[in-house]
Amino acid sequence: MSTVTIIYAGLFYIATLLLVAGLAYKIFDYSRTPAPLKIPTTPAPTTQTGVVYRMAKEVVLFESLFKSNKWIWVFGWMFHFGLLLVLLRHLRYFTEPVWFWVNIIQPFGKYASFMMVIGLAGLLARRFLVDRVRYISTPSDYLMLVLLIVIGLSGIMMTFVAHTDIVALKTFFIGLMNFDVQPVPQDPILLVHLALVALLMLIFPISKLLHAPGVFFSPTRNQADNPREHRHVAAWAAKLDQKN
Amino acid sequence: MAAAEFDIPEIKDYIEVPKLREGVMAHAKTFIAPQAVQDFMGYPHELADNWKESALEKMGDLLGKYRSLKVFLDACVHCGACTDKCHYYLGTSDPKNMPVARQDLMRQVYRRYFTTAGKLFPKLVGAKDLTKDVLDDWYNYYHQCSECRRCSVFCPYGIDTAEITMAGREILNHIGMGQKYSNEILGKVQKIGNNLGLPGPALLDTLEGLEEDIEADTGVAVKMPIDVKGAEVLLVTPSADFFSEPHVESLIGYAKVFHAAGTSWTLSTHASEAGNFGLFNGNYETMRKVAMRIRDAALELGVKRIVVGECGHAWRVAYSFWNTLTGIGYGADDPFSIELQKQLDPNYPQPQHICELTNDLIKSGKIKVDPSLNDDLIVTYHDSCNVARASRMGTEPGGQFTIPRELIKSVVNNFHNMADDTIYESTFCCGGGGGLLTDDLMEVRVKGALPRVTALNNVVKEHQVNFMATICAICKAQFTKVLPKYGFDMSMVGGVHQLVSKAIKLD
Repeated sequence: MSTVTIIYAGLFYIATLLLVAGLAYKIFDYSRTPAPLKIPTTPAPTTQTGVVYRMAKEVVLFESLFKSNKWIWVFGWMFHFGLLLVLLRHLRYFTEPVWFWVNIIQPFGKYASFMMVIGLAGLLARRFLVDRVRYISTPSDYLMLVLLIVIGLSGIMMTFVAHTDIVALKTFFIGLMNFDVQPVPQDPILLVHLALVALLMLIFPISKLLHAPGVFFSPTRNQADNPREHRHVAAWAAKLDQKN
Repeated sequence: MAAAEFDIPEIKDYIEVPKLREGVMAHAKTFIAPQAVQDFMGYPHELADNWKESALEKMGDLLGKYRSLKVFLDACVHCGACTDKCHYYLGTSDPKNMPVARQDLMRQVYRRYFTTAGKLFPKLVGAKDLTKDVLDDWYNYYHQCSECRRCSVFCPYGIDTAEITMAGREILNHIGMGQKYSNEILGKVQKIGNNLGLPGPALLDTLEGLEEDIEADTGVAVKMPIDVKGAEVLLVTPSADFFSEPHVESLIGYAKVFHAAGTSWTLSTHASEAGNFGLFNGNYETMRKVAMRIRDAALELGVKRIVVGECGHAWRVAYSFWNTLTGIGYGADDPFSIELQKQLDPNYPQPQHICELTNDLIKSGKIKVDPSLNDDLIVTYHDSCNVARASRMGTEPGGQFTIPRELIKSVVNNFHNMADDTIYESTFCCGGGGGLLTDDLMEVRVKGALPRVTALNNVVKEHQVNFMATICAICKAQFTKVLPKYGFDMSMVGGVHQLVSKAIKLD
């Protein structure tokens, strides 16, 4: 087995482990931290069903962002839904036989990569061009976008310009999933693509990418507006009542 | 010490997003609370040698108690959606008044001490050590936020800068940098019963005087009862309603409504304040202690209903937090809350807003009004931030917008809304909320009012509006002070019940 294969196999095992463990810890941490007060941003739904609907609009349509700024919304939505289609398309490299619906979205997923990269480029341009956004941007904000753009472009290269040995790649990943390491195809574009994806997985649980689980735990969005009808008390706050 | 001179911003045709000018508001620093004030609150009054450790320890404590703080510090992606949403940024152009930058003052410290990335690569992720300079930024810019939540409406993750400002002020208090204005008020309300520090006898005197005025004016003996056991309704209202103009006109309005409806009611000397500055300081226990006065008064007077007067942040605390803090509400299964809840009349929402009450009475024909008595007025309505974005009225979401407007339209014939992006959930703060209603922050207050004043100016030009109604004691006090600086008459601001008071028919 080549050194490159050992490095990439190890990299993906570690990246997957840290991604899953890191996210699991963060989600556990968010869920154990109480929200002692009712603070939904109103007007807010008065029922739990309404909250699910509000959250769905937020996660699928980016409703608040739409209200806020149409440029960020257009670029952000293009990027996220391009990425979603691209990720779903990639399931074909991890399943045998390939699920039928993954085959259906395959052509859409291929072209969604352009949508994704255009969205990312727009977001990056805003960081340079809008003085307010430039002021708040840290180096990691730029690098995160560059990282995703390079992942996207290297993927586009392999899909549309210089095909990689995709059968061998699938053998490699199916092998990883069965703890039976197979050689990774030594195509430079592919190796760059894979290394950056692994890097993205590694930094996910320690970066602003935590907005993905975070939004579901945001009390201003996930609380029902019913404080007069239901008493809401956190465990640490309930202890205060016992002193009275 | 006189406040620094500053230019009054020019009112443009539209609310413009300014180019940022770094540091232009760095000098605006509210007075620090002196020792006596901090002593009463149980806070130190100056920085100790280990202030940094204490601050970080407090921050860790808050991160464990408030999911909002933890999630909000993690989730921001610096997208910039909020950058043009804060009235203080729009009015001052200081970039640290952009919501995300205000949050970043704390986020940079959070990242440095509480996250892996910030511990390993501080420069990369914008993490910074907690230095005295950073602390001074906290003090200055966490007192240039009115906790109005406008940014939280527009954030894709619902990040509410108010939660971070509150945490910032709590940490500052904890290490000895409290704000004089808010903490003095918290002392008065706990020692005397209200924010203005009016003792019981002065209050009784005032109410008697008001009763005489109303009788002289209308020929009807409208009463202003206080500390009456067995009354049906306990009215809790901001203490400004007892003394300040135009607030007192609304108090007269409430009294006339109860009189016309034949509802027995009472004020309370012990709970002669609806306002609760504990909210602004972000201290749960302080907020609870202040709110507990209302529970005590309700139990002592044996009332069946609790109604809240025109006060924005008070309504937030009452509507959203009283059930949690004091058990005023429904749905409890613990002895502490049940004791009070079995006393309250389940046919009414508890607590109830005075606008809900009056609107119901007018709609059901139990009180009669003649809107033509307000025909000298062309009215607009300013949605107060805490009512708009942190509470509700009625049974439907958005009732906090429709009920006050329904009520206004039933007592006036001429009404015009301001521009859509400046009302309802997008309303602009008056500029004086959240503990900033103090003369030492006058520059922040005047500049922060610019977006609201711009919208007001447009309806004045277009529809000859000459009265802006609002249901918040802070908004009223702020506008009467700030509007004249922009060339408006201070008397064009007043309460919704000031309008009711003029139109109501008394027998």
